[in-house]
Amino acid sequence: MTSPGKPLPQPPKWAGKMLQFLHPSATLEEVEGDLAELYAYWYRQYGKQKATIRYILAVFSVLPPFVRRRRPNHSYSQPLLLSPAMIRNYLTIAWRNLLHQKAYSFINIMGLAVGMTVVMLIGLWIYDELSYNTYHQHYPDIAQVWGGGTDPQNSTIEGSYALQYPVGPTLKDNYAQYFKHVSMAFGIGECTVSTGDKKFSKRGQFIEENALDMLSLRMLQGNYQSLHDPHSVILSQSTAETIFGKEDPMGKRLRIDNLLEVTVTGIYEDIPRNNHFSDIHLFLPWPLLVSYREWMKEGATDWDNRTVNVYVQLQPNTPIETANAAIKDLYSQYVPKDFFTTIEKNKPFVQLIPMSSWHLYSEFENGKPAGGRITYVWLFGIVGSFVLLLACINFINLSTARASTRAREVGVRKAIGSGKGQLIVQFLSESYLVVLLAFSVAVVLLLLVQNPFNELADKDIALPFGQPLFWACMLPFLLLTGCMAGLYPAFYLSSFQPVKVLKGVIQHGRTAALPRKVMVVVQFTVSVMLIMGTLVVYQQIEYARNRPIGYDRQSLLTLDMSDPGYKSKQEVLRNELLRSGVVASVATSSSPLTEVWNVTGGYEWQGKDPDLDASLVRCNVSPDYGKTVGWELVAGRDFSTALATDSTDAIIINQAAVQYMGLQNPVGQKLTDVDEFGTPKWTRTIIGVVKDIVMESPYEPVQPAIYFTNEDAYALLHIKINPAVSASEALPKIEAVFKNIVPSALFNYTFVDEAYAHKFSQEARIGTLAGVFSLLAIFISCLGLFGLASFVAEQRTKEIGIRKVLGASVYTLWHMQTKEFVTLVILACILAIPISYGIMHTWLASYAYHTEISLWIIFLTCIGALLLTLLTVSYQAVKSALMNPVKSLRNE
Amino acid sequence: MRRTYLGEFEEVVLLMVAILDGEAYGVTVSQELETQTGRQVTFGTVHNTLIRLEEKGFVNSNLGGATAERGGRRKRLFTLTPAGSRAIFDIQQLRQQLWQQVPPHTIKLAGI
Repeated sequence: MTSPGKPLPQPPKWAGKMLQFLHPSATLEEVEGDLAELYAYWYRQYGKQKATIRYILAVFSVLPPFVRRRRPNHSYSQPLLLSPAMIRNYLTIAWRNLLHQKAYSFINIMGLAVGMTVVMLIGLWIYDELSYNTYHQHYPDIAQVWGGGTDPQNSTIEGSYALQYPVGPTLKDNYAQYFKHVSMAFGIGECTVSTGDKKFSKRGQFIEENALDMLSLRMLQGNYQSLHDPHSVILSQSTAETIFGKEDPMGKRLRIDNLLEVTVTGIYEDIPRNNHFSDIHLFLPWPLLVSYREWMKEGATDWDNRTVNVYVQLQPNTPIETANAAIKDLYSQYVPKDFFTTIEKNKPFVQLIPMSSWHLYSEFENGKPAGGRITYVWLFGIVGSFVLLLACINFINLSTARASTRAREVGVRKAIGSGKGQLIVQFLSESYLVVLLAFSVAVVLLLLVQNPFNELADKDIALPFGQPLFWACMLPFLLLTGCMAGLYPAFYLSSFQPVKVLKGVIQHGRTAALPRKVMVVVQFTVSVMLIMGTLVVYQQIEYARNRPIGYDRQSLLTLDMSDPGYKSKQEVLRNELLRSGVVASVATSSSPLTEVWNVTGGYEWQGKDPDLDASLVRCNVSPDYGKTVGWELVAGRDFSTALATDSTDAIIINQAAVQYMGLQNPVGQKLTDVDEFGTPKWTRTIIGVVKDIVMESPYEPVQPAIYFTNEDAYALLHIKINPAVSASEALPKIEAVFKNIVPSALFNYTFVDEAYAHKFSQEARIGTLAGVFSLLAIFISCLGLFGLASFVAEQRTKEIGIRKVLGASVYTLWHMQTKEFVTLVILACILAIPISYGIMHTWLASYAYHTEISLWIIFLTCIGALLLTLLTVSYQAVKSALMNPVKSLRNE
Repeated sequence: MRRTYLGEFEEVVLLMVAILDGEAYGVTVSQELETQTGRQVTFGTVHNTLIRLEEKGFVNSNLGGATAERGGRRKRLFTLTPAGSRAIFDIQQLRQQLWQQVPPHTIKLAGI
C-alpha cells in the first residue's frame, strides 16, 4: 500500500512514450488515464513487477494493429481526394512557390534533371547493349559453333570459334534435321578493293550463299542468290557509295587485294552499328576462297587446322539444347579414326553459342560463356540507379528542410477542413510538377549531350522520342521518380498538427534533422564510392599502359603485304626505303606486334615433362626484326644476316618461354618441332632470350613465344622511322617509295603505338564514362548540400546576427555552420572506404596484371570530398557570417 | 428493427456497464470483469469492445471525471442506451424462455 505521502508509482517511461506515439490521438487521453489508474491498482494488488508486465501487455493491446479506432460522432463528408478544382489550386500554389524561391527551385529541378538525363543515357546505353544483333530477323535461332577441348594439364576446357574446315560440311550432311542453314565464314579483315586506279581499304568476309537468308540482310539490289556466282560480291550501301559514288554499282567489276576479279551482284542496307556483322563492308562467295587459297583446297579433309567460322540457323521449333546434345560428339563420330586417336586425350567437342550471348557473354570460362559486356551493363545499371537516388534525396532533403516555410499553409488548410489524404495529394502533385519540369529539362539536356555521349561511348544511339516503347518506359520511370522524391515529404508535411504549427511550434529537436543527416551521409557515401572506383579504374589502366612491353613502339609503322605486287620486291623496297633517309630500319614478320596470329603445338626439348602438350606462340621474322622493333636481349645474341646458319638453325625465345620450358641455361639448348605423329620437322638452337613482348591483352601474362628467321610467310612490313625525322615529314617520302615500287598496293599503314593504345580503348572508354557519371553524382550531391547549407544559414540569420552583436568572429560563425556538414561527410568517407576497397579489390583481382589500390587514392578522394564540401558550404556560411547584424535584426 | 448481433463477450461487457450504473469506464469495467467472472483479459480487448458497442448504438459515452490518480486526464464514461437495455433484456428473456423448456432431469449438476 502506498501511503498518501509517497509519490505515485510510475510505469515504465518508454511504454508510455510508445503509447503516446502510436495510439490513435482520438482516444489517447482516456486510455492513458485508464492505464495509469490500472497500473496503480495492479501495483497495490500484485506488486511492482507484475504490475509492470501487465502494464506493458496492456499498452501493446491498445497499439495498432490491435486497437480499434474510434470514429468521430459526426462524420463530415470527406472531400473528393482528386477534385479538379483542388488539383488546379495545388498546381497554382506549387507554381507560385517555385517562382517565389527561384534558387531552391533551380537546385531542385536541375538536380533532378541532371539525374534523369544520366539515367536516360544509361538506359539508352543498356538498351543498345541488350538489343545487340536483334537487327537480324532470325536472331533467336542463329548460333555460332564453338569448338573446345579439355587441357589434360589442368583439366580446364578451352577452345575458340575457329574450327576445322570439315566441321561445316559434316554439320550440313549429318545433322541436317537440326539446322535450316549451316554457313561457313572466313574473315579476311582489311582488304584492298580497287576499281580502275581507285583503291579503298575495306573489311571483307567470305561466306556461303545461304548466309544472306540466315542473316536476313535487306537487299536493296540483287537477292539472296546474289552470291551464287563464284566471282560475285555484295556490298553494303555505304561501301557502294564510297566506291562508285552516284553510279549504279550493279554489274561493276572490282579487284580484291589486286588478286581476285569480282562483279557486284547485290547491295544490302547497312547493318546497324550494334550488330556482330556491322563492321563488314562486303561479302564474298565461299567458292572463291576455296579456289584461290591453296590450303583451302585440301581444307575439306584437314581436321588439324582451325581456320573457319561456322554459323548455323536452327530449324524452327528446335531448341538449342537438343541440337547441342546432338552435335556434341561430332569429332568422335566423324573424324577419321587414325587421326582421332592423336587428339582423343583432349576430349574435343563442339557446342552452339546463341546469337544473344555473342556480345554480352563474349568471354569464356571453362568452356561456358561467362562474362563480358554484361558486367558493364550491370555496372552502369547500378550507377544509374544511384545517381537517380542521389537526385531524389536532394529533393527530399530540401523539401523537408524547407517544411517550416510551408507549415503555416498546412495548418490553415487543415483548420479549414483539408484531410491528410488531400494534403498528401497536394504535395505529391507538387513533386510531380517538379519532376515533369525536370523531365523537360532532361530532354533538352539529352538533345545537347547526344553527340558527345555517342562519341564517348562509341555508339550510334538515336534519341527514341518517336518510339512508343520509349514513352511506355518513361511513364513508369516518371511515376517512380515522383514517388521516390515526393512520398516522404508529402507524408512529413501533411502530418503537421494544425494547432502546433499555427502557434508557430515546429519540431526542432535533434530527431527532426536525423533523416536528413542520414540521407546526406548516404549521398556522400555513394559519391565517394563512385569517385574512388573511377580512380582505381584509371589507375589500373595507367598501370597497364606503363607496363614494359618489350619493344619500342614509337615511330614504328606496320604495313600489310598481302598484295601480290610485293612479291620479289622486298629487297628493292628495303633498300629504297633505307636510301630515302627517313627510315632507320626495315623488317618483316609473319604476325603483327600487337596480336598473336599463330599458336602451335608439338615441341620437344631436353628435360621436357613428357605429359606436357607444349604449345608456343610462333612468329617468323626477318633478321633485322629485333633491331627494327627494338627488342631487348637478356641473354645470347640477336639474329645476324652475316651468319647463313641463322635462317635454318637459330631461334630466339622470350622470357616467358624460358620459364615455361623450365630451362636453366637456355642459350645453346635445342628445340625440336614435331608433327602430330611424333616425327621431327626441324631442330633449332636457342641463340638468344628477349624480354617478353606484350602482343595480346596488356592485362594478361605474356605467352611463351619463339621467333625464328626463314624465307616464308612474310605477311607484314615494319618500318622504323628515323628518330631525327618527324612522322609527318617521313610519311610522304615513304609513300613515294611505295608508289614507285609497288604501285598496285594501297599504302595502308598503322602506327604500332596507336594499335597498342587501341587495346585500352574499351577500358578507357568505360573508365571515362564512369568518370563522367561519378562527377555528375558528386555534382548532384553538392547541389543538394548547397541548398541545405543556404537554408540553414537563412534560418539562423537572426541567431547569427545576435552572435555577431555579442562579439562572435567570422571564423567562429563559419566554423559553427560548416562543422555539422563536415562531420557528415567524414562519416560518409569512413563508410565508403571499406565498401569501395572491397569491391575494387575484387575487380582488380580479375586482371592477371594488376595494380594495388594505393592509399593516395583513398586519401585524395576523401580530402577532395571534404574540400568540395567546405567550398560548397562555406559560400553560404561566410556570406551569412559577413552580413551586417543591423540588417538581419532590424525587421521583425 | 433488425436485431444486431451481440457476441458473448460484448454481452458481458454490456452487463457490466449496466451494473456499474454511470461509473462504467475502462478501468472499472476491467476490474469488474476480473473480480466478477475471474477472466483476465487485456485492456485492449475491453477498450475495443466498448468502442464497438458504442458503434452498434448500445452505449453512449462522454468525457469527464478527471482525478489526480490518472494524472488529471478525463475518463470516458459509458451509459446504456435504450437500445442497449433492450438488447440485454431480450437476451435475458430468451434465456428465460429456453430455460423453462429444459426438462429438469437432463441437467445433473451433482453428477451422480
